[in-house]
Amino acid sequence: MLEAIDLARPPMLAPTSLTLHPGQLTGVIGPNGAGKTTLLKALAGLSRGPGTVRLDGHPFLPHPQRLAWLPASRDAVWPIPAAALVQLGLGPAAAPDPAAVSAALSACDAMALAHRPVAQLSTGERARVLLARAIVGRPAWLLLDEPIANLDPGHRLDVMALLASETARGAGVVLALHDLDLARRCDRLLLIVSGAVIADGPPHMVLDTDQLGRVFGVQHGPDGWVRCSRFDH
Amino acid sequence: MRTGLALLCAVLALASLALGPVDLAALWARDPELARNLFIELRLPRTGLALLIGAGLGASGAAAQALFRNPLASPDVLGPSSGAALGAVLAGYFLGAGVIGMAIGGLAGAGLSLLLLLALAGRGAGATRLVLAGVAVSMLLGVAINLALSLAPSPFALYDLMFWLMGSLNDRSLPQLALAAPLILIGIVLLLRAAPALDTLALGEEVAQSLGVGLSAVQARVVLAIALATGAGVAVAGSIGFIGLIVPHLVRPFVRHRPGAAIAPSALAGAALLSAADIAVRLLPAALDLRLGVLTALIGAPFFLCLIMGRR
Repeated sequence: MLEAIDLARPPMLAPTSLTLHPGQLTGVIGPNGAGKTTLLKALAGLSRGPGTVRLDGHPFLPHPQRLAWLPASRDAVWPIPAAALVQLGLGPAAAPDPAAVSAALSACDAMALAHRPVAQLSTGERARVLLARAIVGRPAWLLLDEPIANLDPGHRLDVMALLASETARGAGVVLALHDLDLARRCDRLLLIVSGAVIADGPPHMVLDTDQLGRVFGVQHGPDGWVRCSRFDH
Repeated sequence: MRTGLALLCAVLALASLALGPVDLAALWARDPELARNLFIELRLPRTGLALLIGAGLGASGAAAQALFRNPLASPDVLGPSSGAALGAVLAGYFLGAGVIGMAIGGLAGAGLSLLLLLALAGRGAGATRLVLAGVAVSMLLGVAINLALSLAPSPFALYDLMFWLMGSLNDRSLPQLALAAPLILIGIVLLLRAAPALDTLALGEEVAQSLGVGLSAVQARVVLAIALATGAGVAVAGSIGFIGLIVPHLVRPFVRHRPGAAIAPSALAGAALLSAADIAVRLLPAALDLRLGVLTALIGAPFFLCLIMGRR
């Protein structure tokens, strides 16, 4: 159980209290700049500020098997081969574990990239390798900032299925995403606007209201999503 | 690769011990006492310093590039080398140009520049602020060196100091080796112990933190270690540039480009490169009087240029 108690990061995030459950796929949606990344980073213990984060009742301390953080940035400075990069996800000074590395790369359909330098991969390929890095240690919690943003439609579906299987093994998965159709595959959705969680519940409750039109300025028509004024509703 | 590099270092060390203006074997037959003194007082410190200073520069360069996640970083950007040079120059003025006095002044300068760097960067500074503070400190100290030189008490003192600043291992003594060796070795050991954390830093500062790397502690330790390893070298041998910049690039392809894993082989390769350069300086005609620091810069600058061209 990952609990946020009065977690705030002014001015990006208003005081927020949340309880996240293991075995659940929790999606965080909201317009650009709404505070999705700020919330995820605060939950991952990567920023300082008011409020506390508790993991299973204890103050949170970073550890490779406890929580993995995947930032939205896909930068790679060094031309490290993908397999060596994924190995780093097991933590500093972890013993080499080629079996775990291969399993993580296969799960992300990146086995073919294992020996390619990450700096030379396409952004989408690199995104899959970096996701493999996040899951390789089988952490209890996965906090992922837009893990499907750079992926093609097929790989988006693959990754959502992979995250669902991670929850099946008992992991708690929290991901920020902009794809409102794939957001339906989450068990729970948090809608963030201007640093505050304004809706929290199963996808149909969060998505099937006129809230979305007010927040994003989009609505679902016969031809898919269409732009509408934010004040039509 | 490490075994190969260690062998190369051993061969170069033997060559360095055997090489010099006097044929030691011939001298041994005539005057064993003098030959022994020459070997212990001159050849040994020179060889030892070349190995140690080269190793310190190589390891520091690899660690600086890993810490700042920038392949163009070098230990010089943090300022301790400039601090050591300024401290040595000032000590040369006020304590006379005794080599030990200059070395102690150099160590004090490196330490003070480190404190200045940490004060400027502030607690828990990110790599960017640290490197900016380092550049500011280096520039400030560089100007101070020039000011000190222009206030030289006599043309001879200016001439001596200019030559000293160019970097050389000529006529270094055992006390200088004894002063620098422990500090450089401590620096290298600290860097080797930080290697796993620096590898993890390849994933970015946030991700490294989420994997349990204590970022500020690693930064503080690595900066201190670089100051020890490079500052002590400059304090006894003057400025020797570019070794720390180029060696990690030669080595990294052999460790699958992992920045932390490159530290140990960079130390060995730095030791080999500086020993080879010091041998080359001795083999060149004496009339040329090419300084060691000038030779490493002559090799290093074109390499640096190629690096930048390659990244365009």
